[in-house]
Amino acid sequence: MSLQSIPVDILIIGAGPAGLAAAISAREAGIQSILVLEREEWQGGILRQCIHNGFGLHRFQVELTGPEYAQRDIEKAKELALDIRIGVTVLEVRADKEVTAISREYGLQVFAAKAVILAMGCRERPRGALAIPGTRCAGIFSAGTAQRYVNLEGYMPGKKVVILGSGDIGLIMARRMTLQGAKVLACVELMPYSSGLNRNIVQCLQDYDIPLYLSHTVVDIHGRERLEAVTVAQVDAQRKPIAGTEKRFDCDTLLLSVGLIPENELSLGAGVALSPATNGAVVDNSLQTSVPGIFACGNVLHVHDLVDDVSAESSVAGRAAAAFVQGNAWQGRSISVKDGAGVRGTVPQNIILPDAPIDFSISFMFRPDQVYRNHYVVVKADDQVLSCKKALILTPGEMASAPLSPKLLEQCRQAKSLSIEISPEKQV
Amino acid sequence: MYDVLVIGGGVIGCAVVRQLSRYVGNIALLERSQDVSEGASKANSGIVHAGYDAEPGSDKARLNVKGARMYSALCRELGVPYGQPGALVLGFDEADRSKIEKLYQQSLQNGVEGCRIISKDEILALEPNINPDVLAALHVPGSGLVSPYEITHALANAACHNGVSFIMETEVLDMQPIKGGWSIKTNKGSFDTRAFVNCAGVYGACLHNKISPRKLTMIPRRGQYYLMDRENTLGFTMTIFQVPTDMGKGVLISPTTHGNLLIGPTAEDIDDPEDARTTAEGLSDVLKKAAKTWPGITVRSVITNFSGIRAHEAGGDFVIGAVDGAADGAFEAIGIESPGLSAAPAIGEELGDWVAYSLQLPMKAYMPPVQPKPKAFSHMNMAERQQAFHQDPDYGRIVCRCETVTEAEVRAAIREPVGAKNLDGIKRRTRAGMGRCQGGFCGPRVVQLLCEELGLKPEQVTKFGGKSQILLGTLEDTLKEENT
Repeated sequence: MSLQSIPVDILIIGAGPAGLAAAISAREAGIQSILVLEREEWQGGILRQCIHNGFGLHRFQVELTGPEYAQRDIEKAKELALDIRIGVTVLEVRADKEVTAISREYGLQVFAAKAVILAMGCRERPRGALAIPGTRCAGIFSAGTAQRYVNLEGYMPGKKVVILGSGDIGLIMARRMTLQGAKVLACVELMPYSSGLNRNIVQCLQDYDIPLYLSHTVVDIHGRERLEAVTVAQVDAQRKPIAGTEKRFDCDTLLLSVGLIPENELSLGAGVALSPATNGAVVDNSLQTSVPGIFACGNVLHVHDLVDDVSAESSVAGRAAAAFVQGNAWQGRSISVKDGAGVRGTVPQNIILPDAPIDFSISFMFRPDQVYRNHYVVVKADDQVLSCKKALILTPGEMASAPLSPKLLEQCRQAKSLSIEISPEKQV
Repeated sequence: MYDVLVIGGGVIGCAVVRQLSRYVGNIALLERSQDVSEGASKANSGIVHAGYDAEPGSDKARLNVKGARMYSALCRELGVPYGQPGALVLGFDEADRSKIEKLYQQSLQNGVEGCRIISKDEILALEPNINPDVLAALHVPGSGLVSPYEITHALANAACHNGVSFIMETEVLDMQPIKGGWSIKTNKGSFDTRAFVNCAGVYGACLHNKISPRKLTMIPRRGQYYLMDRENTLGFTMTIFQVPTDMGKGVLISPTTHGNLLIGPTAEDIDDPEDARTTAEGLSDVLKKAAKTWPGITVRSVITNFSGIRAHEAGGDFVIGAVDGAADGAFEAIGIESPGLSAAPAIGEELGDWVAYSLQLPMKAYMPPVQPKPKAFSHMNMAERQQAFHQDPDYGRIVCRCETVTEAEVRAAIREPVGAKNLDGIKRRTRAGMGRCQGGFCGPRVVQLLCEELGLKPEQVTKFGGKSQILLGTLEDTLKEENT
């Protein structure tokens, strides 16, 4: 039995904020044949369960809830008559852009796409990845799973809660569980700084008197059936627990907010090269991966803090995929972009500069490897400083950016490589 | 009155009761948990040992070799994945080399076929990631792999399909001889039976000592493991042991039947047979010892850690047969530690036949053939997937994205003869929640499916029965409680 493959110009995997923005921009760039496949039963991805506000400040200049933000893109997609299919799981993406999917509605289908945009998002790091010892009782959830139970299913996963990790979802859930009548005893962070946004530390912990224990971790988990307690200890500079600093918290729930991992299983199957720094694809400034015609955007490319940034990035991918399909793929010399001192996970990892005069700018996104105050973000072309901008504070919890204007980009045409670094001193 | 009650739904109890199901009689299995395979059978190395390791002449050696030879056909019959990648037992110095020589001699005495001693070059050609300091190894081509809980579930289903009742959440407290048999006291009342078989795992000796003058001593022995993501298995194709010590076969590195990599176990004698936790020391010990085999070991792709408790009996051998000094109709299989999984089919066959013979149960004239478990969707090719979907459109809904498990398979796991009743039961039967996200995404959907199939409310769904609820009530319930 073989399946007739269905031709499509651009196939987008995922109808979260990334997939929707990519689809909208590709349609606006003139592509008629676009298909968006979404495995969940709804559009909007994880935003559907993010019922708190704070979304859209940059893009729409208003504070929206997650569902409200998503709804704007869903409406726009409807206006543009985009073909978005829910309940469809992609099983395989091949390097030749043949995509296999299955759904209850359509069964097994094979699509032959001219371009593919990967927009699968990310998943939470589970307990196992941290190797926390202890029992394997009920009551341990990743923060996002707990958020789904509370906000979408209407159930309480617990009443006395400890949160490990200070990622944004954990902080949001500290407030959410408190508002719902639970007692949040502590938020425990391994690093000496939070990995969440500062505004969330203030609005979700401080406003509710929830203590944040920095340089602490959970060293033991107690309870045979349901969680009964966790042991928390301080850690040293090597992040090893310090004996004698153990504290026991009696609780029925442990929420984990210990990092997000781009979900790249399909990308790997297609032979897309991944970056060990971001766990996402290696891309150029058109967000094309190492496989021609396969693009990546949103949290599957690198984990973002703000959905506004996801939407902006994904519009670039949508336009670039459209250009690829229309035969106008970006061409030119490729220059690699390297993480310099203090910088991790710069995206894009390569830039392609066309021979024609440059009429666009590029904003490099990266994360500082620790907290820096009053430092400079320096972009260099080989050894030449292109730009040097002072930042009052740089922290791993907030993605930083280094923009290069068309004029500066013109200056690096001959460069072997670009690098971005964090410097204590001004460089010229 | 029952003819036979088997106490304990681990791999041994299920193998025994499966053999008994070939006979005409009123047969049941009592299990204290909500599901079978909840003790040592759910957390061990999953190796079908060829049988070179056990003391020649012991029951362990005989039943190991016999059981291991039964596995391939048994797994084919029941639809359980089985692999036979072979094993290496590594030696790093001269003392190790003489132990390997001894193991080789034992393999000959025990009747294990095909073992040979190989040198460094051949070892590294077979498994390039092994520590180049290795000196010699015993190559055991007949070493196999099976998922210990999958074989247990399959045996239970086959027995149930043949008319055995599975009485769950029923804990045996005592056994008393009565006229013509025994009265088995449980937390759910008494069950009268002509005979019983004690397959109670770590509690086997405790039950034995209630009725036998010959006392046994059970030493729960904990083993901690790391499980790695599938991407890491490229490193090893065989099961890699180091030379055994007094505490067992040491830390191994092995692929599993599902392509993950398993590293462990420790061997710690503990007091509490329920203390299946992992510890920082234990886990670091696993890594340290495994690094001797695999210097390039990394925790980067660890999915989870877990521990299991082996039922080590102080005498060192399996204790199988009629209970010493007890009235007629009392049987047992105790101290079934490694290679207990390997020996299970042989123990089941011999002990089942023995019990049936002693009760003069007639063999059934007709046994309906076993319904082997259908191939997992994740292992199907395109044509098979298309066919599966046409038969049941629930194959079109992927529930677990990490392991590609469909809604059809989750529903089937709940509906099978000894079906899943909780999240862990679904996980072990379908692998939903077994992957790299550990149930983060599929958990809520599996809870819904359990509710639909079993008529439960979400707050009644548990991780593994008892008080292991996932959810503590609706949002309104909690707010109401707070206000009162």
